[in-house]
Amino acid sequence: MTRRFGVLIVVGVALAAAIGPWLVPHDPVAQNLPLRLSGPSWQHPLGLDELGRDLLARMLAGARVSLLVGLSVVTISAAAGVLIGAVAGYVGGALDTLVGRLMDVLMAFPGILLAIALVAVLGPSLRNVVLALVTIGWVGYARLVRGQVLKVRELEYVQAARALGASMPRVVARHVIPATFSSVTVQATLGMAAAIIAEASLSFLGLGVQPPTPSWGTMLDAGRSHLFDAPHLTIVPGLAIAVLVVGFNFAGDALRDRLDPRAT
Amino acid sequence: MLSYTLRRIALTVPVLLGVATLVFALIHLVPGDPAEAMLGESAPAADLDELRSRLGLNRPLLVQYGEFLAGVVRGDLGTSFRYRTPVRQEIVQRLGPTAQLAFAAMAVAVIIAIPLGVLGALHRGRPIDQAAMGLSLIGIAMPNFWLGPVLAIVFSVDLGWLPKSGSGTPAHLVLPAVTLGAALAAILARMTRASLIDELRELYVLAARARGVSRGRAVVAHALRNSLIPVVTIIGLQLGAVLTGTIITETIFSWPGVGRLLIQAISFRDYPLVQGCILFIAVTYVTMNLVVDLMYGWLDPRIRYQ
Repeated sequence: MTRRFGVLIVVGVALAAAIGPWLVPHDPVAQNLPLRLSGPSWQHPLGLDELGRDLLARMLAGARVSLLVGLSVVTISAAAGVLIGAVAGYVGGALDTLVGRLMDVLMAFPGILLAIALVAVLGPSLRNVVLALVTIGWVGYARLVRGQVLKVRELEYVQAARALGASMPRVVARHVIPATFSSVTVQATLGMAAAIIAEASLSFLGLGVQPPTPSWGTMLDAGRSHLFDAPHLTIVPGLAIAVLVVGFNFAGDALRDRLDPRAT
Repeated sequence: MLSYTLRRIALTVPVLLGVATLVFALIHLVPGDPAEAMLGESAPAADLDELRSRLGLNRPLLVQYGEFLAGVVRGDLGTSFRYRTPVRQEIVQRLGPTAQLAFAAMAVAVIIAIPLGVLGALHRGRPIDQAAMGLSLIGIAMPNFWLGPVLAIVFSVDLGWLPKSGSGTPAHLVLPAVTLGAALAAILARMTRASLIDELRELYVLAARARGVSRGRAVVAHALRNSLIPVVTIIGLQLGAVLTGTIITETIFSWPGVGRLLIQAISFRDYPLVQGCILFIAVTYVTMNLVVDLMYGWLDPRIRYQ
């Protein structure tokens, strides 16, 4: 039940982000300074921010940024990770050792530290956030797929394909990668939650999306200066991040139950 | 044990070399000229040249790399561009507050998690269990950059019980420690509950009860002690999350630690200090993982022979 609830949250937020501009007539960057920091009203259901911008319109626009970053990071990381992990695991030898060492080094940086470091030198922007998160993101997929490939490559149908003369790229693409598909899908769903949190963290630290583009992380950071006079500026975006992250985590669990009944 | 220790240390050396290499590469990833990025485009050519030579950027790349590695081995992380003091000195000054915050957060996590997990396990499936696990789910879902400001709204702004930010008194440590420890507490509570439920099914607990040991004593002195082994493992695994968490928590509460130093260094484009902080945090993480692994090897001899 709670897991279906996760799928509902994710679909709901995605829909709201997609049709946001039609739902709310306000421009998310249009300022109305005389009304700054005013609370909820019929015209502005979530109130206005420190520059008099409609908070609901900004939340919906911020949802687009969160989902866009999540999708980009997960898609590119998964594609790169699956390819690197599959080839390293299948070919083995020096290539596998080299990839293994590189993964060890990248994993020696805790959490998003390396992403912080990369954005710090490349400069804060949405593109650099995606680039930094992909740099650390592919490792998880590569490790997962490499481990599975080591198992799969010994299976009879893969041996049979090899014996029939199939080339290495063909065996990897047609027989090895598809076998890892379900676990990669689960990891990608959970990866969405991680990417959304990471983007919000970087934006909160001033290293992500730059104003005036709305992002839940930057909105939270801006709201911190108004804890006394407008706490809703902090509470609303934080709640949205927490709900969406729970949604993706539940959806990932639901997908795992569906794709891999043994895991439950 | 000695061969296991040496093997494990030998495996760490190439990782540390890789970490140092990546950190060295950081300054060369700056788009354009790092000296220009630090001083601004309109800086006089003489100042730019002076900074380039101070950072060693005008020397061949391999020489720079060699000197960087030699410096790291000696503990010399260069000079801060902003403070004009050794990077090492800046980091050492902030080490105490960061360590204090990290330990306080872990203590908060353990103090909240163990009773919550035990309650959940003893009342499995009942409302008290559902409430405890619901609370831990909230703890996992709430990002610390949200929890921190919300706690500040409640306990500083509304109730006026605790200071909103800064340092100096034990009261200043409470909100940052709870903010940083909440997620860890949530994970530990779930782990304690699951682990204790498994242990309570074991025959030795039943045997203790049959010998007349009270239920409370059977749980606390027998089952809980054994169920804490995986909990300790999780604490070890979560060290990285706590370390990165300090960066955000210190920024929220203006806590004078290494994490806040890093974010300030980034905003001033003080690349030597950024490199120093990143290297310091990563090396601390790798070292802590090494210590945790060696401890497992010591506690559980099976690991040594894998």
